Amino acid sequence: MFMRFLLVMSLTGLLFGCSSDKVKEDQPVAVEDLSSQRTDGSDDSNAQAYGADDSSTSGFSQLDDPQSPLSVRVIYFEYDSSEIKAEYRAAVEAHAAYLTQNSGTTVTLEGHADERGSREYNLALGERRAQSVKQQMMLLGVSSSQIRLVSYGEERPAVDGHDESSWEQNRRVEILY
Amino acid sequence: MKVIIKLIIASLMFVSLQTQAVLDIKISQGVEQALPIAIVPFSWSQAGNVAPIDLTSIISADLKRSGRFDVMDEKDLPQRPADFDAINFGDWRKLGMENLLIGNLSLTNSGDYEISFRLIDIYRGKQIAGFRIPAKPDLLRRVAHQISDIIFEKLTGIPGAFDTRVAYITVKKTKNNRIHTLQIADADGYNAQILLESPEPLLSPAWSPDGKKIAYVSFEAKNSAIYVQDILTGKRERVSAFEGINSAPAWSPEGSRLAMTLSKDGNTEIYVMSLFSKTLHRMTNHGGIDTEPAWSPDGKKIAFTSDRSGGPQIYEMDIRGGQPKRVSFEGKYNTRPNYSPDGKSITLVHAVNGAYRIGLLDLSSGYITTLTDAKLDESPSFAPNGGMIIYATTGVRGAQLAAVSIDGRIHQRLGLQEGDVREPVWGPFLK
Repeated sequence: MFMRFLLVMSLTGLLFGCSSDKVKEDQPVAVEDLSSQRTDGSDDSNAQAYGADDSSTSGFSQLDDPQSPLSVRVIYFEYDSSEIKAEYRAAVEAHAAYLTQNSGTTVTLEGHADERGSREYNLALGERRAQSVKQQMMLLGVSSSQIRLVSYGEERPAVDGHDESSWEQNRRVEILY
Repeated sequence: MKVIIKLIIASLMFVSLQTQAVLDIKISQGVEQALPIAIVPFSWSQAGNVAPIDLTSIISADLKRSGRFDVMDEKDLPQRPADFDAINFGDWRKLGMENLLIGNLSLTNSGDYEISFRLIDIYRGKQIAGFRIPAKPDLLRRVAHQISDIIFEKLTGIPGAFDTRVAYITVKKTKNNRIHTLQIADADGYNAQILLESPEPLLSPAWSPDGKKIAYVSFEAKNSAIYVQDILTGKRERVSAFEGINSAPAWSPEGSRLAMTLSKDGNTEIYVMSLFSKTLHRMTNHGGIDTEPAWSPDGKKIAFTSDRSGGPQIYEMDIRGGQPKRVSFEGKYNTRPNYSPDGKSITLVHAVNGAYRIGLLDLSSGYITTLTDAKLDESPSFAPNGGMIIYATTGVRGAQLAAVSIDGRIHQRLGLQEGDVREPVWGPFLK
């Protein structure tokens, strides 16, 4: 089981490389790249700190493994941007792999924005962030029927402050199983 | 799942609850040359009993709050004439007083009230306005605001907007929850009433043009949906609950259609819904964000926010369709358009060096004037007379309401007792 998971991981790694890196389209993507990204991902303190607080599956699951990139459940974004940063690629790949493997599982991608500017624009921005994660997952083989999108805009901040350190924690997509 | 949703809806309250939370409105900056006016306390026909309402204080507070009047302190009044013939003009002229209000409140045989008042120009020694108004007991406060409206219009040339209401959203944090309410209150902050209370976010309240209904966005079913609620009865209808975003409702000036933002077709686009047939007409078609529609007062155009050129800017399009035209060019961030009642300008959220402020875009010149100077201002909405813009401002104490005059000279703060208050929308003139 675990071996198969690894295999899917490296395959989706290849897929990811092809779809996201147009310049090197014809070159095989090195598996080392993926693992180093994965290390970067797990070193990200933000992503770890706001990780695995929700697991609806019973018994042991990869979703419960704190060492797995699946434990990264929040993806953070730059201001007014919906582009997935490189440090979150490993996490998105891992979730995509898990979902392709468990085709009966559904996930909710919940998009959020920081409080600056207008609420309605932020609602649209939150949706665009969630959509960008959804599209990436679908490129990696996840069926759209497994993904539900919802945007809360700035209405549900993770942190209440009115400064940059709060805002950067609020510009996010939460991956909820 | 359905059962859960039903339970949530059952736990929402749509009854009109009278709340203690009264907006406390303070003028933080007024005009330099405010008009002097003296208000003689209204006489009351039943001297033995306490008057049912203090008309004098309400009118005085309205005029002071507008920032355009300098109301004489009661203790400085040189005399208290009850009618025109008793006015000693010389006494008032000596003090430099220009305008005087005298009036009377009386109980009629039927148990209702009658209010009469005269507004007097001291220098010319003439009456500017004189009215006699019958009122049921529960309408006395409104009559006071109507008197303020008359005084305001006679002396400034601009219709007053004291006899109007505002809607807004409050958010109170509890231990592990947030309580959201949709409320309406008189423009002076009194008579606050809760129209809806929900543990899930509420946003974007919008008044129907007749002031009888409010459209809003509620997340009570775990996704955004647009509702239209009757203010008096509390009865409401869910008009849009498509997959994806259902938001930013805006009433057409004649009240039969709602412009809104839906993402059911892939990404956020502007649609117009006929409220009678619920048919949808799609207005925009672009891969970028299109949201926050606003109707021009003549109903011929829709302004909206779009990031099709990169950052968010304001665009205008003909209601019959066609290519949207960009109308904001200053700065990298302009959102949330709202037309002035004369249709000549648009108030918006305008970011300047990372600070989000209320701006006024002149549609003929394209020039944006920044009216506020805080960092997190949003949700600007014109008063129906076009003189003031109400908005929300976030500071260390959370979100509060504020208002600014269109010339930027008058600033008001509207503080609520606790929690955040945001997304104010000024209602139409009451009929």
